[in-house]
Amino acid sequence: MKPPPFAYHAPRDLGEALRTLAEVRGKVLAGGQSLIPMLNMRLAEPSDLVDINRVAGLDRLERTADGVVVGATVRHADAERARAHPLLTRALKLVAHPVIRNRGTVVGSLAHADPAAELPAVLAVLGGHVRVARWDGGVAVRDVPAAGFFAGPMEPAIEPGELAVSAFFPALRPGTGSAFLEIARRHGDYALAGVCAVVTVDDGRVATARAACIGVGPVPVVVDVGPACTGRPPGEADWAGAAALVREAAEPEDDIHATAAYRGHLVGVLAERALRDAAREGAAARAG
Amino acid sequence: MRDETRFEITVTVNGAARRLRVPARRLLSDCLRHDLGLTGTHVGCEHGVCGCCTVLLDGRPVRSCLTFAVTVDGSKITTVEGLAPGDGRLSPVQRAFAECHGLQCGFCTPGFLCTVTALLADNPAPTEDEVLEGISGNLCRCTGYQNIVKAVHRAAELRAEES
Repeated sequence: MKPPPFAYHAPRDLGEALRTLAEVRGKVLAGGQSLIPMLNMRLAEPSDLVDINRVAGLDRLERTADGVVVGATVRHADAERARAHPLLTRALKLVAHPVIRNRGTVVGSLAHADPAAELPAVLAVLGGHVRVARWDGGVAVRDVPAAGFFAGPMEPAIEPGELAVSAFFPALRPGTGSAFLEIARRHGDYALAGVCAVVTVDDGRVATARAACIGVGPVPVVVDVGPACTGRPPGEADWAGAAALVREAAEPEDDIHATAAYRGHLVGVLAERALRDAAREGAAARAG
Repeated sequence: MRDETRFEITVTVNGAARRLRVPARRLLSDCLRHDLGLTGTHVGCEHGVCGCCTVLLDGRPVRSCLTFAVTVDGSKITTVEGLAPGDGRLSPVQRAFAECHGLQCGFCTPGFLCTVTALLADNPAPTEDEVLEGISGNLCRCTGYQNIVKAVHRAAELRAEES
């Protein structure tokens, strides 16, 4: 099908974009890889579309000692090539197909807030934030922590008139390893379930361990599995116990692709594997 | 009808500058096929799943059915019609698909040719896994993919021989 008619706005700078959004309260068009299918299938019929692709300054990816700031129009493919953050790079390779990643944006994936998408889990497990801007006589920004940003399925904490302008992914501490594993029916599809893990190894012992799951709840499910595994060498830690904590926290549901029980099983298996992989990488990073 | 303002855009398609006026909701795939008469770009699913409408936007493969024409003003676009060098010969990728029987009905072929052309420009000697990953976003209902994968490797050889 064809998209319904809409009024099109193509602001050139951030102030103009925010004033337009304040006025028309339209949908934001960045990469369009989720929005345009919804328009083509007439699942969405916004009166106005605000195209931010020509807004100066939103296409920057900045790497600092603290982490990586990804601007709103940075494509998945460009973020992947920048190799700016090991976990982000890993996760990006799992997002749809290479051709989709040439157009799709990192911040767009966050703002879409699909509960089965990879990037929200990465932001959540790292404790990053999304910078949101609105027009208030000037550009006014606020940083929304990941824990509060994903309010529900497809429901980011972005108010009408606001624009997500960048996302901050905190850097991994020294001695930290990461992993992202998922199971999908077909390569490139949204996963049935997935787990990303971040484990820090200090003095040969597990210091912190966190996991975030996708596809098993309305938003990414973040679990601190430290109680099951810290204080022991990575090879002797109770990863099965840690995975059990993840399984308990997950709230899988049935749908046409998989039963809740199967998703719950998958998330446990993937959590144990991802935590072990991350711990191994963290120990190697410390040794190196 | 609601707002159907037309926007003037200039795009370079297969090397020729084209100026046209399009409504904001005109998909790039429809712009190429209906406004410019370039029907080599095929439209299968029209929601980004099948990959038949893949074209090169500033050298990168993108879904033309998930791109509004108005948003690519000023860009360079290459469609399947623009892949051959223009001296009556086919490109290495096109010849490899013919040689390896990498097509049957041909509906998906323009998308595969554009995707593979960009894949090999980026990675001239891909591994088997890189080929599978590279073409994973394009569906073919006839061939079973085996000959398409062979064609990608053969195209890499042809490109290397001719460079």
